[in-house]
Amino acid sequence: MGECHSILSSIRGGMERGGEQMAYHRYDAVIVGAGGAGLMAAIQMAGKANVAVVSKLYPPRSHTGAAQGGIGAALGNTEEDHWEWHMFDTVKGGDYLTDQDAAEILAREAIDAVIELEHMGLPFNRTPDGKIDQRRFGGHTRNYGEGPVRRACFAADRTGHMIIQTLYQQGIKENVQFLDEYFLLDILFTNDGTCCGCVVWEMKTGEIHVLHAKAVLIATGGFGRVFKITSNAMAGTGDGVAIPFRRGVPLMDMEFYQFHPTGLYRLGILLSEAARGEGGILRNADGEAFAERYAPTLKDLAPRDMVSRFIFEEVKAGRGIDGKDYVHLDLTHLPPEVIDAKLPDVTDFARTYLAVEPKKEPVPIQPTAHYAMGGLPTNTNGQIINDELGAVIPGFYAAGESACVSVHGANRLGTNSLVDLVVFGRRAGRHMLEFVKSAPLPELPPNPEDLARTEIDSVMAHPTGIRSAEIRSRMQEVMMDNVSVVRDAAMLETAKEEIQGLKRSYQNVAVTDRGKVFNTDLMEALEVGYMLDCAEAIVEGALARQESRGAHYRTDFEKRDDANWLAHTMVRKTSGGLELRKKPVVITTFEPKERKY
Amino acid sequence: MKATLRIKRFDPEKDVKPVYRNYEIECDPHDRVLDALNQVKWLHDGTLTYRRSCAHGICGSDAMRINGRNRLACKMLMSDAGEKVTIEPLMGFEVIKDMVVNMDRFFDAYKSVKPFLITGENPSGQERLQTPEARERFDDTTKCILCAACTTACPITWTNDQFVGPAAIVNAHRFIFDSRDEGAGQRLRILNQQSGVWRCRTVFNCTDACPRDIEVTRAIEEVKRALITETIS
Ligand SMILES: Cc1cc2nc3c(=O)[nH]c(=O)nc-3n(C[C@H](O)[C@H](O)[C@H](O)COP(=O)(O)OP(=O)(O)OC[C@H]3O[C@@H](n4cnc5c(N)ncnc54)[C@H](O)[C@@H]3O)c2cc1C
Ligand code: SF4
Ligand code: FES
Repeated sequence: MGECHSILSSIRGGMERGGEQMAYHRYDAVIVGAGGAGLMAAIQMAGKANVAVVSKLYPPRSHTGAAQGGIGAALGNTEEDHWEWHMFDTVKGGDYLTDQDAAEILAREAIDAVIELEHMGLPFNRTPDGKIDQRRFGGHTRNYGEGPVRRACFAADRTGHMIIQTLYQQGIKENVQFLDEYFLLDILFTNDGTCCGCVVWEMKTGEIHVLHAKAVLIATGGFGRVFKITSNAMAGTGDGVAIPFRRGVPLMDMEFYQFHPTGLYRLGILLSEAARGEGGILRNADGEAFAERYAPTLKDLAPRDMVSRFIFEEVKAGRGIDGKDYVHLDLTHLPPEVIDAKLPDVTDFARTYLAVEPKKEPVPIQPTAHYAMGGLPTNTNGQIINDELGAVIPGFYAAGESACVSVHGANRLGTNSLVDLVVFGRRAGRHMLEFVKSAPLPELPPNPEDLARTEIDSVMAHPTGIRSAEIRSRMQEVMMDNVSVVRDAAMLETAKEEIQGLKRSYQNVAVTDRGKVFNTDLMEALEVGYMLDCAEAIVEGALARQESRGAHYRTDFEKRDDANWLAHTMVRKTSGGLELRKKPVVITTFEPKERKY
Repeated sequence: MKATLRIKRFDPEKDVKPVYRNYEIECDPHDRVLDALNQVKWLHDGTLTYRRSCAHGICGSDAMRINGRNRLACKMLMSDAGEKVTIEPLMGFEVIKDMVVNMDRFFDAYKSVKPFLITGENPSGQERLQTPEARERFDDTTKCILCAACTTACPITWTNDQFVGPAAIVNAHRFIFDSRDEGAGQRLRILNQQSGVWRCRTVFNCTDACPRDIEVTRAIEEVKRALITETIS
């Protein structure tokens, strides 16, 4: 662990309490999460401050590597485009819940962030004249909605893979200190609420480490695993969102969870929107290209929340394939060389997992839980805010999918998450760097590891009992059945009750692996605990929001209600239960209008 | 289908040496081997330990030996694995627990070949230009997910712990043949050393093992050829 070894060895002995070892390290800043957001922040600070990147996975295994389709930026390489158009699409796509100051930063800085990625070595596909190639993606339009525009910069259909590789490579070049396979357990605060570090668990040894720091950035990604059908990795369990939530930090807009229209049937593995961007068409049991009926202009490339609902409506009307809950994604009319050059991976998924040859047969797909618009509320510098007025928690930052800036509002547009990672990861990193230069190192609370240790002890308390896998699969079913594409009060009440019941069962969760070394049984149990907290927050927001907007669609309140709900929700744990407040939306340029595509 | 998983187990806190244990399961032929492992872990034996994340072959976590060949557990279906499946950790690296091996040597070798773009000044405010043909030149080796299947399938790696291994060469190749890169000389010098490409005996195990269908042996050959044809100062 680089230069911290000396501190570690000199202090370790003195920190032994009750027979348990505890290691202590000191940094300027700790970044939790080595996906696109965490790495982008780390690179800003490398060599300029003493920073460590903690990750439960090896960095290149982070879920950013799964992103397929592209990263949006108005480069205008293949046709006219402007960042103002990108900003407008982001706001409209987000059903006007997007904070427009943040959307402006996103769209403006995307251009230079993509160029920076290219300079770092990212192997983008190229146009014949050697520039970064761009393609169409859902919800991205020219001239404020006139028709689709080529804005998504891409590297085949493995753009995320190339981003995570490139950023990891830069991290290696810049000598970033990586703590690989260390698991976040707790965030530390002083009495006056300043962040002063975190507590992590070294998976290889089972040892607990206190990382004392002036600043901590949460970049732990999403929590799609709370739903049964999801495109998210098994590691997408919302740890970094739930831990601060337990510590009283609010979460914002948790009810907005995006279902991507095209997940492989039953598996949820994503088939990128790029498949439709390149010309793929959704068809129902009658072979009808039904998206056209709902969205005459953008058709299959309408925003995801809408297309997922179109599929839901088709299935409800009995037009799912074989009367079941899926439809077809038809690529058979695309030239085989386009499939091979631009969609090699996604078509390979269909072959490997469903034994379907997309060049010849349509691919069975269904909506899959994909992206959390909500998360830890931050300002545009990545600082976590503690209330609806924007008061910051000193030294505490978030970026990426675990954060809510909010640029995605009620529904994220495709390619905008990767932009979010690099633009706001970079801003957070730069702000942290300035912050740690001048801020003093806050004092640690006494016995800083206590809460983390208590958490582990209580989860480890039962060698037998109810398995975490059982609680998890029940939770995933409950959330899928009641809190997915379509919701109403009764479904949400059911979900709320069930989640509470599961939380009670969780008190007796069994961990059969009693060892210290690489205890993934304990890890999974901890993750289930975090997911239950995320699920609870999602349901709370969804119940409160009595309207339909973006990804949040309630059959008992079918209309968007700007008079009452043009507002973010902030939900917080208090001693008296969950408390929910509203935060105003920042509107600078575009007045809310009805969304039509 | 019914299947028997024969899994090589090792718990450093209990076992002196590894033991094979059998697990009978009932699964769908379309299930991934990873689903079968999950079933064992979630329903039968919580102590079973392996790395995994994406579950669809893109994160590189779950390379292991399945029926004697290095495969990603999430990219192999039970119908292909058969009714009796032997599952063992990758060879050549220290086993930490069950399927979890120590990856330090692997990542150290990767880092040793300078796996990052080496360039002088960048044009300000715009991308470097690269023709589609120049981009295509190194496309194959950009697909690597650092799963270590190739390196641990290589008999040279098993006996020579200094050999950088196929994965590191693949990643060097990715930059050596990138028209934007100026560090080819440095990397070739590293790969020209004792521990470098000349250890390779063209056994092809690496190409067979690669879950991303990268032509690993060919990449290694291209690096060898570059060493022969290019005068390295
Ligand atoms: C299949 C798929 C395709 C996608 N395609 C696109 C696309 O084309 N364009 C686009 O814009 N977006 C896309 N997205 C969305 C986008 O990829 C993600 O939102 C984004 O990559 C999240 O990045 P992140 O840095 O926030 O987190 P991640 O990349 O998920 O990284 C999270 C990090 O946190 C670490 N971590 C988590 N918990 C802990 C803990 N307890 N302790 C320590 N470390 C921890 C993990 O190890 C990991 O390093 C896609 C998403 C999926 C699932
Ligand atoms: S070359 Fe293939 S087998 Fe080797 S590490 Fe990369 S992806 Fe894995
Ligand atoms: S779990 Fe990611 S490659 Fe298998």
